[in-house]
Amino acid sequence: MLRYFFKRVLHGIPVLIVVATLTFTIMRLVPGGPFDEEKKLPPEILANIQAKYHLDQPVITQYLLYLKQLAQGDMGPSYKYIGRDVADIISDTFPVSITLGLLAMLVVVGVGVPAGMWSAYRQNSMVDRVCVFFAMLGVSIPSFVLGTVLVWLMSHKLHWFPPALWEGPRHMTLPALALGAPFTGYIARLTRSAVLEVLASDYIRTARAKGLSESVVLLKHALKNSIYPIVSVIGPLTAGLVTGSFVIEFIFSIPGMGSFFITAVTNRDYPLIMGVTLVYAVLIVLANIMVDIIYMWLDPRVQV
Amino acid sequence: MIFVSSAAIFAPWVAPYSYETQDTLNTLAAPGFDHWMGTDRLGRDLFSRLIYGARVSLFIGVATTLLALLIGTIYGAVSGYAGGGADRVMMRFVDVVFALPDMLMIILITVMMGRGVMGMFIALTLVSWVTVARLVRGEVLRIKEYTYVEAAHALGAGDLRILLREILPNILGLMIVTLTFRIPVAILAESTLSFIGLGIAPPFSSWGTLANEGWKAIKFYPHLILFPSVAIFLTILSFNFLGEGLRDHLDPKSRTRFG
Repeated sequence: MLRYFFKRVLHGIPVLIVVATLTFTIMRLVPGGPFDEEKKLPPEILANIQAKYHLDQPVITQYLLYLKQLAQGDMGPSYKYIGRDVADIISDTFPVSITLGLLAMLVVVGVGVPAGMWSAYRQNSMVDRVCVFFAMLGVSIPSFVLGTVLVWLMSHKLHWFPPALWEGPRHMTLPALALGAPFTGYIARLTRSAVLEVLASDYIRTARAKGLSESVVLLKHALKNSIYPIVSVIGPLTAGLVTGSFVIEFIFSIPGMGSFFITAVTNRDYPLIMGVTLVYAVLIVLANIMVDIIYMWLDPRVQV
Repeated sequence: MIFVSSAAIFAPWVAPYSYETQDTLNTLAAPGFDHWMGTDRLGRDLFSRLIYGARVSLFIGVATTLLALLIGTIYGAVSGYAGGGADRVMMRFVDVVFALPDMLMIILITVMMGRGVMGMFIALTLVSWVTVARLVRGEVLRIKEYTYVEAAHALGAGDLRILLREILPNILGLMIVTLTFRIPVAILAESTLSFIGLGIAPPFSSWGTLANEGWKAIKFYPHLILFPSVAIFLTILSFNFLGEGLRDHLDPKSRTRFG
């Protein structure tokens, strides 16, 4: 198992190098540099700044230098937040973003899976129709639309929750809901179809025939076998939550990586953009590895 | 959906005002008789701007998906049909592109290409063709084993002929369903980016851009964000319903399935 894990991590490295290279190339192709101000800087100052950040050297040298520093865990200094390292900014903002992501994940799994199971269990009933309807709404509503509606209704009209910032559980409720809802709909639909398929199988009939209670049948027999399709979307789900968090952090002014990424893009803060992109890529690669490992753990037939 | 599309196509005739006409006496008006959906900060009629925004949003949604479908189908079909080493190399490339975080790549590419309709179009196409390529390859791998393909081979049909005449008609259903499901994804991506200010930049405005403008005034003028948001939501919803209906209709096997 451990060997498999290391092998997968090794496989992830080329993807990360491609991400780093692509981001680097794209950033250098963009017309205009980070130090093109409205007011032209005196040439000698500009030359000084460029020398400090190695911007005066050929692109290839810059690229190699960047990879070398990266291998040592150094993501370079930020161009706009003077005196701060990218690694420093990321270690400040990462916990915020990851908390938001995990909370949203909790909403997704905690609501989506039970709703899907219940819906499948009572197929074609009123409950089922309501669940299917809400799942469809959830899948179709962009999280920024839901986020803004929540802010307007819950904060500006009802004053139940604060509209922005990140200071306590009350601040976290709306963002986690807005980020999680679309994926909740998705997971609920997935769970419903998986459970429906399993419920139609022979061994469920056997289990019922044995006189097992409905809850045992549903939770022990049905859930266990319908979990695979759900686990398999955890990878894409993580990617979705990661990118969804930009918007949510923007709406609720949450000081996470997403907010910094958006400002970094408008500021052309190259090292910060590349740093955040890489962290996101690492997260997604790790999530995919995790999915495979959970798969192996659940189903020993899956061979390495 | 038909309603939205026709409004987009006939925008200049449907819209009561031009998208840049300013009613300076009537800025930030609430929805009313003169302006169905109210006016914005510069006194521009929101209903008219919404209709013009539909053009941008729908164009991006439909055009990128069509192009991605074209590239993805060709790539996937060739890869699946060729098989062997060529297939492995081609799919390895797809895997790498697939592993890149979509949204980040779209943002970076639009930064490079400029934040216009064209930049967004290219960025979205570049990230979304791989999904199609994977789907199509899987189907082609399955279909090419069928006996009727073998029969075509035996009759001396060329590879191109087999791909076009024997395999393509069989994946047409899949392609149409993919098309309807990918369009809302593209619309969502574009509007989300425009909403956070990294998408379409003025003078063009999509629904996302309008929502972004409305967001700044949500506390006092909620109608400015309400209407664009509802438009995006309903459009995505109707595409999803259409996709589901089409899938059930075109693929009887999946009738009982859901996700």
